[in-house]
Amino acid sequence: MSDLELRGVGLAYGARPALVDVSLTIAAGERVAVVGPNGAGKSSLLRCLAGTARGRTGAIRLDGVPLEELRRETLARRLAVVPQQVQLPFAIRVEEVVALGRIPHEDPFRGPGAADREAVTTAIRRVGVEPLVGRDARDLSLGERQLVLIALAVAQQGGLLLLDEPTVHLDLRHQVQVMELLRELNERDGLTILAVLHDLNLAAHYFPRCLVLDGGRLVADGPPAVALAPARVEAVFGIDPRLLAAPG
Amino acid sequence: MNAGLAPGVRAAAQPGRFELLRRRPLVVAGVGLLALVLVGLAGLALGTVSIPLGDTIAILAHRLLAWPGAPTWPATSETIVLELRLPRVLLAMAVGAALGIAGATLQGLLRNPLADPYVLGTASGAALGAAIAVLLPLQVGLLGLGLGQLLAFGGALVAVTLVWRLSRASQLGSLTGLLLTGYAVGSLLAAGLAIAMYLSGAQLRQIVAYLLGSFAQASWQQVAVATPLILVGGLVLALRARTLDALLLGDETAAHLGLEVARERALLLGLAALVTAAAVATAGLIGFVGLVVPHVVRLLVGPGARQLLPLSALFGAAFLAGADLIARLPGELPVGIVTAVVGAPFFLFLLRRVRTGYEL
Repeated sequence: MSDLELRGVGLAYGARPALVDVSLTIAAGERVAVVGPNGAGKSSLLRCLAGTARGRTGAIRLDGVPLEELRRETLARRLAVVPQQVQLPFAIRVEEVVALGRIPHEDPFRGPGAADREAVTTAIRRVGVEPLVGRDARDLSLGERQLVLIALAVAQQGGLLLLDEPTVHLDLRHQVQVMELLRELNERDGLTILAVLHDLNLAAHYFPRCLVLDGGRLVADGPPAVALAPARVEAVFGIDPRLLAAPG
Repeated sequence: MNAGLAPGVRAAAQPGRFELLRRRPLVVAGVGLLALVLVGLAGLALGTVSIPLGDTIAILAHRLLAWPGAPTWPATSETIVLELRLPRVLLAMAVGAALGIAGATLQGLLRNPLADPYVLGTASGAALGAAIAVLLPLQVGLLGLGLGQLLAFGGALVAVTLVWRLSRASQLGSLTGLLLTGYAVGSLLAAGLAIAMYLSGAQLRQIVAYLLGSFAQASWQQVAVATPLILVGGLVLALRARTLDALLLGDETAAHLGLEVARERALLLGLAALVTAAAVATAGLIGFVGLVVPHVVRLLVGPGARQLLPLSALFGAAFLAGADLIARLPGELPVGIVTAVVGAPFFLFLLRRVRTGYEL
């Protein structure tokens, strides 16, 4: 089980600070949404957690072990990241995309074994993309593609799933489908989930805990009723909070 | 993995005509090996002097496998097969394998279906090196290689190193920066080549011959120098197939899948450049193989690098050995012309006619 701890984490792109002194703990089995206006540092936070941010300061520990002491491959076995969008230069079948999630587990020379194939099949079933098997992933709709990428991350079998705006560009039905899936993966399969979201309504409705970032700082952390209270929404997002459906 | 497919979905998936080949890399590999052997034997038997196939096989068995029994063939046949044709066939195969695997590697590394082994400056560097060697009034040789081959090899490696170094200083995203730097450096070197050709006078023909590629000068010494480089480079590339797989979804995803992206890219790029340099130094600039063979293999078995890399080497070898045979039967055409004239229509046919589930 994965326990994530951040102490005084900062990140800057040149002179422009992207994250300032962020401290928080995410316990195994939690389901957490990260919200904030554009440029608030949401993606930077994700990059820090995924270990791909350069020049990060402060401490991040995964189960007590500093992130920088873990080999990339070890980290990839513990923590999976669902990318926002990918471009596919070559024809590739849906099941082949999902199988890429096994790369950190495969024997580098002998390639995928029975356990890897099993994990791919399980992930495809779990995410419900069986009907897409055999199709060229480039021909999928955005919603279908998002589900396939989630299946890839599930096949990676890390205890921790990070998602960067998994519902962006999706129609309402697919947004709900993805949210329900994340809830299931969290509640039934015990995955710890941290998702960057733009839609405050989705965050409030589907996530028991919300982190609010503004200008690189963590300005609120708690259940949506507290973290997304009307006064906060108005201050951070500069919108009339009545535009937001009642949280909870 | 097909369990659970709804009947309607299965019908819509429309099995292609080449259903047997698709997803069956072993069948494809068998076909490739068979083609390689047949093309190889034809290359040994056919030529200005045709040698019966039985004699050709007997000579090979006798000399290479120490098959017992007295020779029943003329001594000249043995010289032709072993000293003239065998090194030429082997060199064509090695160069074809090099171009196939380097092309597949660069397409994957650059995530660009238009990439080929020459895209990062190797071709223009090698061409300029070879042209300078033609102009220099020197007769230098090393390990049975002429000055032209040595300078072509060096030129290819210097050019790709230059591209790599310069691209790291570029402000663009790493892949775009790399491609554009390759294009810019290539243009600069091509200008140098143009000057060399302009100044070459009567020696222009030699330079043009290099640019079109040929195996007419093949020798055992060349085989001995080029093949180990290509074999070792190709083997290490094939063993790092999963790097290319991880890069299918981009740099960031590759990092999330546990890859040290910058280090791996530098390593694979270096190996592909080495293998390409060995190929262009011995055979000149042979186009088309490195671009198209990986696409044909991808059409048949999909983008997985574990199959793509070895099969691209195999099919590149068979294709180039066949092209060289066609090039020398009518009396020494440049092989680069044959690869394009024979290969391009075949590729267009594949693009139009074959449905494998991995269309471009």
